[in-house]
Amino acid sequence: MMFVPGNNPGMMADAHIYGPDSIMLDLEDSVTMAEKDAARLLVYNALKTIDYGTTEMVVRINPLNTPYGKKDVEAVVKAGVDVIRMPKTETAEEVRELEAEILKVETEIGRVGETQIMAAIESALGVVNAYAIATASKRMMGIALGAEDYSANLKTNRTPGGAELLLAREQIVVAARAAGIACFDTVYSNLDDMETFRKEVELIKTLGFDGKSIINPRQIEVVNSVFTPTEKEITKARAIVAAIKEAQAKGSGVIAVNGKMVDRPVVLRAERTIALAVAAGFIDKEEVL
Amino acid sequence: MKNAVAGTLESGDILINIGPGEGLQVELQSSVAAQFGRQIKAVITETLEGLGIQDARVEAIDKGALDCTIRARVTAAAVRATGKDVWKD
Repeated sequence: MMFVPGNNPGMMADAHIYGPDSIMLDLEDSVTMAEKDAARLLVYNALKTIDYGTTEMVVRINPLNTPYGKKDVEAVVKAGVDVIRMPKTETAEEVRELEAEILKVETEIGRVGETQIMAAIESALGVVNAYAIATASKRMMGIALGAEDYSANLKTNRTPGGAELLLAREQIVVAARAAGIACFDTVYSNLDDMETFRKEVELIKTLGFDGKSIINPRQIEVVNSVFTPTEKEITKARAIVAAIKEAQAKGSGVIAVNGKMVDRPVVLRAERTIALAVAAGFIDKEEVL
Repeated sequence: MKNAVAGTLESGDILINIGPGEGLQVELQSSVAAQFGRQIKAVITETLEGLGIQDARVEAIDKGALDCTIRARVTAAAVRATGKDVWKD
């Protein structure tokens, strides 16, 4: 998910060319108070006009308790955004408040139920309430960590190893999995240190995250290379799925592939590998059906 | 209507300066004025008419803005100049 400032039309016009899975146009922290109105109009017109193809379009709105939040919701829902990213989410109640605002606008334009919600968790209270937030609305498609505000709230700093974020990251992954939704990691803002960035992406993939937020197209390749399965992993996954299908046809639940026991969790991991390979365009979707 | 400004001089943007006038007068500076000047002016005029504005003087400095950016910047300038918001409270 690539972050793009909502008041920069040049970047907004070009962002999808670099091929991120999703683009998050930002109306919140990257836009000054004096430009909130202009950025909202820019994002509205861009969403209405620019063909972003299959790229998922997300807009980070201002909190509803600011003078901008409700106007942001009205503008982006009317423009047909896929997902509204709610910043600094701390309670399920806040999610339900956003849901009510979305429904009000959707009802007005006859597009009920189309807008999804992603909640950014950026404080200790948000982390404690992660599962309640993740299950607060049927529209909730994912939760994400916002590490800058979170580490400030913890009264600590961000470090290259990310020790200060470990509990929050694990809590967010566990909450998302328990709720059956997606989870996304925070941004890494030092563009000159791609090595630490790669280590961070490897860490968050191991923790179970579905993806990483990025601030520059240069970071896309690293995220894709870490998340895309290798040819060896794909071959192994396909062998497992093929073997289990054969075993199921014979009425057996447990099998061995290359001398190793294969049961349900192994099959689920293999299926996820294949899904990632399909998403990366390595395997044709038709091929795996 | 008072004087108001919206937009920037960054690449891909357009700076719109709007103020009181008689009829719609649009003055445009653009490196692509020869190719797209007529189109840019048309988008500015249509946007203002769509907002119900019949009288205004507009100075526009274009840096290669898309039509959707022109519409957004003209609307922002007009809202700032008239105080009438397009998004209801």
